[in-house]
Amino acid sequence: MSFSFKHAAAAALIAAVALPLFAPLAAQAADVSLLNVSYDPTRELYQQYNKLFAQKFQKDTGKTIEIKASHGGSGKQARSVIDGLEADVVTLALAYDIDAIADKGFLDKDWQKRLPDNSSPYTSTIVFLVRKGNPKDIKDWNDLVKPGVQVITPNPKTSGGARWNYLAAYAYALKQNNGDEAKAKDFLKALFKNVPVLDTGARGSTVTFTERGVGDVLLAWENEAFLSKKEFGDDKFDIVIPSLSILAEPPVAIVDKNVDRKGTRAAAEAYLTFLYSKEGQKLAAENFYRPRDEEVARQFDKVFPQLNLVTIDDPALGGWRKAQATHFADGGVFDQIYSN
Amino acid sequence: MSDPSIRSEPTAVKWAIIGAAALIVALLVILPLINVFAQAFSKGWEAYAAALVDPDALAAIELTLIVTVISVAANTAMGLVMAWAITKFAFPGKSFLITLIDLPFSVSPVVAGLAFVLLFGAQGYFGPWLIDNGWKIIFAWPGITLATIFVTFPFVARELIPLMQEQGTTEEEAAVTLGAGGWTVFRRVTLPNIKWALLYGVLLCNARAMGEFGAVSVVSGHVRGETNTIPLQVEILYNEYQFQASFAVASLLAFLAIVTLLAKSLLEARLGGHQR
Repeated sequence: MSFSFKHAAAAALIAAVALPLFAPLAAQAADVSLLNVSYDPTRELYQQYNKLFAQKFQKDTGKTIEIKASHGGSGKQARSVIDGLEADVVTLALAYDIDAIADKGFLDKDWQKRLPDNSSPYTSTIVFLVRKGNPKDIKDWNDLVKPGVQVITPNPKTSGGARWNYLAAYAYALKQNNGDEAKAKDFLKALFKNVPVLDTGARGSTVTFTERGVGDVLLAWENEAFLSKKEFGDDKFDIVIPSLSILAEPPVAIVDKNVDRKGTRAAAEAYLTFLYSKEGQKLAAENFYRPRDEEVARQFDKVFPQLNLVTIDDPALGGWRKAQATHFADGGVFDQIYSN
Repeated sequence: MSDPSIRSEPTAVKWAIIGAAALIVALLVILPLINVFAQAFSKGWEAYAAALVDPDALAAIELTLIVTVISVAANTAMGLVMAWAITKFAFPGKSFLITLIDLPFSVSPVVAGLAFVLLFGAQGYFGPWLIDNGWKIIFAWPGITLATIFVTFPFVARELIPLMQEQGTTEEEAAVTLGAGGWTVFRRVTLPNIKWALLYGVLLCNARAMGEFGAVSVVSGHVRGETNTIPLQVEILYNEYQFQASFAVASLLAFLAIVTLLAKSLLEARLGGHQR
């Protein structure tokens, strides 16, 4: 008999036992290990930054350090940390997501005062990415509500970038309508009617727009728009700067409860502080995040266009806690405009 | 069973239907499969190999294999116990138990993953105690394994139950009459009778365990080089514009599918007309 049960069972057993042996044994453990739980578009930035920081850390302390990374929609990532993902540091898209983690007692409620510049070592803003030559002639927010224009943005419930997109659109609509909130809501409703697909994170939306070719305009992080042009070539996409956008401050913080349990506070502090150094700032700028450091900013001032920005603390928006409760909480404005 | 010589359709209709079926299979199954390999090798062998030996990819392969081995072993043992209990004994609530076995097939894997987060997450029922005592379940390999076991639970039992029901208990009873103990009955009588169906169930269980995405995605935490399985690594690479690498890793799963298919046809020949 050429193929008996015993042969088959033996083969299966050998395969089951032997295959893991071919896989590498766990990589050599470093002296210190940190987990950075971040939002979606920072993948490339932190891949490079982690290498840079590991070199510096070894030079300063003589110890090796391994930095692990997890990326996803900012709100979803915050939820994972709340559910027990043992992040030493969180580097998320907006302050509210870290507030939510703080509300569960993982870190101090005034975490945002612990590092300079609202704990946001780099900033960004929201721009439009359109197909080359801008065939739908999209110049500003009011072009997005026109019939037949398909707008790509992620889901504000799970994505930080999507909440900045939404609030930038809202701020524009308020300004156009002299502060009339009802009209601003109607504007958002018309805008989201033109959205064919809501991904959970910014990178998902970028892939939908660039790789799958869906939609006429992507509401994107500025860094994500620049990166798309870099990845796919300047001849594929154009960046459109709207008349008004929002100053996005993606903050960073140490998760006290986790670093204290793991004994990694010093390394985690060094990791975040180094983001503010000249080297860290330069790397951020090279990855199309706007640096805070004025000297580094001057070196890159040709890259980043000047534009008209509102901030989240503008009275019309009222800060993250208020914006979150009004617009993105269960039954909030987003639910109202999107459900019907 | 239908006799091929008895035809109720005219020849043209017959071939139109066969042609349509072949076209559907070609478009929906074969074409995407070929595309996976075409993309994986689009930059040549070296790029393909480089994608597979990347440390994060290797870690994903290792994790997938470990999770699969544990899940398949657990589900083989549990499937045998379930099938044995259901087919060899009579007890109240038996049909309800059979329904429960099918539950993982009817529940969305995402819901299954969330259920584990609610149980073992830091805000869950057992999470705080587990974390205080240094146990990591969610966002670590045990949680991924639990989710995989849940999703692949029915495969072995589902294959065994109909066959064992059909075979009844007479052979086992005869063995007991002749003085055999429980273990001997299982090893010498039951196991030889069900071996091919068992292997078939293990095979399906294995394929699904390696390929599971939804439930694993919820409990993974997506830490690179640590809690990503092969399907999650494929998604990450795809989202990082590393399309060729993404398809190279995906080709491992596609290759597994082909091997499973071949083994499945071999086993079906062995199983004869018993099932399907």
